[in-house]
Amino acid sequence: MIEVSGLSVTFRNGGRPVHAVRNVSFTVAKGESFGIVGESGSGKSTILKAIAGLVDTTGPALRIDGRPTGRWRGKAERRVMQFVFQDPYGSLHPRQTVDDALREPLLIHGIGDVDALVGAALADVGLLPIHRYRFPHQLSGGQRQRVAIARALILKPSILLLDEPTSALDVSVQAEILNLISRLRASYQLTSILVSHDLGVVAHLCGRIAIMKTGQVVELLDVASLRGGKTKEAYTQELLAASKGFTRADA
Amino acid sequence: MSSAPLLEVEGLDVSFPGRGGTTRAVRNASFSLGRERLGIVGESGSGKSTTGRALLGLISTPGIVTAKRMAFGGLDLRGLGDADWQHLRGRRMSMVMQDPKYSLNPVLKVGEQIEETYRLHHRASRGEARRRALAMLEAVKIRDPDLVYHLYAHQLSGGMGQRAMIAMMLIAEPDLLIADEPTSALDVTVQNEVLRILDDLVTDRGMGLIFISHNLTVVGSFCDRVLVMYGGRIVEELKASELSDAKHPYTQALIKAAPSLDNPLAELAVVVRDPEWLR
Repeated sequence: MIEVSGLSVTFRNGGRPVHAVRNVSFTVAKGESFGIVGESGSGKSTILKAIAGLVDTTGPALRIDGRPTGRWRGKAERRVMQFVFQDPYGSLHPRQTVDDALREPLLIHGIGDVDALVGAALADVGLLPIHRYRFPHQLSGGQRQRVAIARALILKPSILLLDEPTSALDVSVQAEILNLISRLRASYQLTSILVSHDLGVVAHLCGRIAIMKTGQVVELLDVASLRGGKTKEAYTQELLAASKGFTRADA
Repeated sequence: MSSAPLLEVEGLDVSFPGRGGTTRAVRNASFSLGRERLGIVGESGSGKSTTGRALLGLISTPGIVTAKRMAFGGLDLRGLGDADWQHLRGRRMSMVMQDPKYSLNPVLKVGEQIEETYRLHHRASRGEARRRALAMLEAVKIRDPDLVYHLYAHQLSGGMGQRAMIAMMLIAEPDLLIADEPTSALDVTVQNEVLRILDDLVTDRGMGLIFISHNLTVVGSFCDRVLVMYGGRIVEELKASELSDAKHPYTQALIKAAPSLDNPLAELAVVVRDPEWLR
């Protein structure tokens, strides 16, 4: 479904090249859920943006559904793939109601029966009809992230890209959103890529996981090996140990 | 741990009057702190940060702070004037905030800010203050103190910035440090380095530490005792090592809601809130 081969992304910072992603390759099969873990600045979000065609890449490195693709995408290509961002406070327009936010993708893609679809999308993510004409500031963080998910799914995409979808939320709200994502992923038969710094979240949602450091994938492993601590790389071990909490030197 | 507690709080209430009625952010909170690491956990809006701010006299009008007892090293904190607080804060108690990007002064060099704190509380020459500042940067495990001294806040990484903040808060050698989500903005590997620095300070200097966090894993592994807050109330107090045997249903639900690497679950447990918890 998604083939990434030798993907590199370079930004220029005052004339100085910054290699955000270096020669990364992986494939994600249809219906698979793939995870990318790494610390800030490791390039995990940049990979997601490159797959979505939001940043320039070096050379042809992407194939979606067998077809090579680059930065420029047609409407049909864009519709296949939808994005949920980290910050539900920043990703919704403050002066548009939930109804406006959900209506817009349908209008852009010229899909009719807007009212019924918006209503169904809200129900799908567990929001009530009373939320439909509210503004983002009248919703909680968890409700906003539900709106963002509804907006991504309203076009019935086959690929869902999730960039830290729960890291701005409390753990109890995170549990609700993670449950929602796994339920919707199964019912829509989505192929998904989830980016997170939280190993627990990635292990919960993903079957295969890439560990990233300084723009490179240091290890690709399945979730059972990650849970079992069967890793080859010292960096993965370090991440695993760190995510289990603080350890005193003498302990 | 010495026998007399460093801090004693009984019946602490913090409320904010507003148009829609009064918001009671903290209700009847009682606890004491020795020379130890006390964790306060809870979700956003549970009153954990407000509790920390109340202890430092940082609740400004129209907020109202009342308590049956609030004593720091035998000194009654209730009804202190601005001048008294000025004397206490920084020198004897201080606070590390969540994000160094916002809490450091963007137009002063890091070293100068640290120096300023020292000179505010001690009669010292610039040279002496500077030597202290450099020593403090070294104490928080900054590899090249001379270099970092001359940098501005935006030139520091998150972990470095947080260390600089800790250096600034500790140069006056306070007895009590309140750390409000000090590691939440940091990567896990850096987080543990910062925790280690705080840990050493408690152990070596006998400082009291209040560690406010939403992260149960960190609090459980780092602190000695934990207070769990919900809706402004302390619903449970327990030893950090006994967190997994928590009695209160809210604490249990919080623990279960976090996805764990060790026990995979098909579906995560959702926190079902009982109105009884707010009684």
